[in-house]
Amino acid sequence: MGSLNTAAAQGGRGQGASVLQASLRSRAEHYFRHHREMARDALRRLADTPFSSLLTTLVLAISLALPTGLFSVLKNLQTVAAGWTDEQVKVSVFLKKDLKDSDIERLYHQLLKREDVMQAELISRSQALAEFKKWSGFSNVLEGLDENPLPAVLVVQPRDVSVNGAKALRDALGALPQSDSVQLDTEWIQRLQAMVALMQRLVGAFALALAVTVLLVIGNTIRLAIEGRRDEIVVVKLVGGTNAFVRRPFLYTGLWYGFAGAFLALAMVESLTAWLRTPARELAQLYGSDFVLQGLSLSEGGIVFTVGVMLGLLGAMLAVRQHLRAIEPHGSI
Amino acid sequence: MCNRFRANKKGRRNVIVFNAVSKRYENGREALANLDFEMQTGEFAFITGHSGAGKSTVLKLLTVIERPSSGEVFCAGDSLRRLRNREIPYYRRKLGMVFQNHQLLFDRSVFDNVALPLVIAGYSTYDINRRVRAALDKVGLLGKERLSPLQLSGGEQQRVGIARAVVNKPPVLLADEPTGNLDPELSAEIMGLFYQFSQVGVTVLVATHDLGLISRYDHRLLTLHEGRLVEDYQETSEYESGFEEARDHDFEDELDVAHTTGEV
Ligand SMILES: Nc1ncnc2c1ncn2[C@@H]1O[C@H](COP(=O)(O)OP(=O)(O)OP(=O)(O)O)[C@@H](O)[C@H]1O
Ligand SMILES: [Mg+2]
Repeated sequence: MGSLNTAAAQGGRGQGASVLQASLRSRAEHYFRHHREMARDALRRLADTPFSSLLTTLVLAISLALPTGLFSVLKNLQTVAAGWTDEQVKVSVFLKKDLKDSDIERLYHQLLKREDVMQAELISRSQALAEFKKWSGFSNVLEGLDENPLPAVLVVQPRDVSVNGAKALRDALGALPQSDSVQLDTEWIQRLQAMVALMQRLVGAFALALAVTVLLVIGNTIRLAIEGRRDEIVVVKLVGGTNAFVRRPFLYTGLWYGFAGAFLALAMVESLTAWLRTPARELAQLYGSDFVLQGLSLSEGGIVFTVGVMLGLLGAMLAVRQHLRAIEPHGSI
Repeated sequence: MCNRFRANKKGRRNVIVFNAVSKRYENGREALANLDFEMQTGEFAFITGHSGAGKSTVLKLLTVIERPSSGEVFCAGDSLRRLRNREIPYYRRKLGMVFQNHQLLFDRSVFDNVALPLVIAGYSTYDINRRVRAALDKVGLLGKERLSPLQLSGGEQQRVGIARAVVNKPPVLLADEPTGNLDPELSAEIMGLFYQFSQVGVTVLVATHDLGLISRYDHRLLTLHEGRLVEDYQETSEYESGFEEARDHDFEDELDVAHTTGEV
């Protein structure tokens, strides 16, 4: 069922050392040539119907890109959750508003001397207001207020950065008479870690569902291709084509679909990552982090690609198994 | 049964043997009943009978499109009963088949259609080119190999089918109503081709109900009636026939292997 490369007759073959060798070599040559032709033929058939081929490829690409993209998001969240350094464990102490600046200054120096405090930073009320104006864009609104609504904040870094150590410091600082409220900044990280664990499972289930989708899409596409070439299959079987011979072009079709789908999926995920990189960096800076959005690594891209191609081939194999056997030349004479 | 496989008095060997073959289709229809006949190397025979007599069924059994309900069929060195499914393709490569409806691939060129059996069997590009040209030359279509079968007349399409059937030098050539919708002149031409193949050692079996055509030749004639062989007419003399000895020596060389591979 292959298209034949009939361009020109090759020149006469040189006489081989032995007949057996020559025939083995010629048969191997034929085998590989036939595979090459089948691959090219399958590709040409896809190109012959560009619209439907593109549509199928797009469906495959999206099915592959969704779990890949989610995985990528997850990976970045994990870096965020795991990459919190000791400096990022901080207790924020919001001070009562009626404190004088000198009291605040004294408290600040007291804290610096404490055994359980590694380091502390003082954000005065006016500094807090200036920062807020700068980031919020509400400067006009604040201008209208008679009084600065923001409290002074002491940002304290515990010496013991374990969860329990940080909590103990939070409680101790919360008990200070000058403190209005305290906040431990590790809580969002714990929540994030729990969320990441949950999402890992969700992405796994999602990936499985979409892998099945890829199989079904390819299987159905190949089934239609087989239906469309039913007469041809009958003729090939009548003139002595083996099942492997009949199967081959369809397997290559599946392989190409997997190839194109995986390639497009990777391109989608990569361009999305590039698109989000700048806003993600700006967001991270707001949190005082130097986090950079990571794309897929080379090996992760390789895995996605391999999985896509394998799914394409597997889908084709399943379709071929189910639909080719039914086509036998019963009514042809 | 062994005597069936001994060389007959002319020193030829049996290529096709039907031994008490019956065929009952799944719907209970008995298409063939207790059919016995043999054909030798290079023999030419018509098989005829009314519509539904079982002519096509004989060919379906020979091509293993169907299996017999009982009895045994031997062809081109194989016992078809023992043939396993995955061996069928290799067995079919020893047959040339010509169909009434041509069974050509219309999205391929004439060349590619004729080359198909060679591609399947794994011939080199060089051999494919050489043999396809020889076969097309034989049926008078050299120069049309680039065309699509759709651009050919019915008779030309039939000849493409014949070229494809003989391109890999099969020892057995089977044809089902090969002249079904052709005018008498073209029919005679195609029968002439078949006869030439039989002259170079190919065993040729042609199923047809075209009695007018058959009556013009003095060949062996198997007549079926409701699945039974009612008459087996042998040609009066081996050397008398309605054909000119128009042998193409080049093509005869092409077909030389037919003598050696097809014997039971
Ligand atoms: N696939 C099939 N399933 C059931 N019955 C069949 C099948 N093929 C043929 N038959 C029946 O078997 C009988 C012989 O059919 P066959 O096709 O061999 O006849 P034929 O001699 O070729 O007839 P025609 O000249 O019309 O082609 C017929 O009665 C037919 O109805
Ligand atoms: Mg018939």
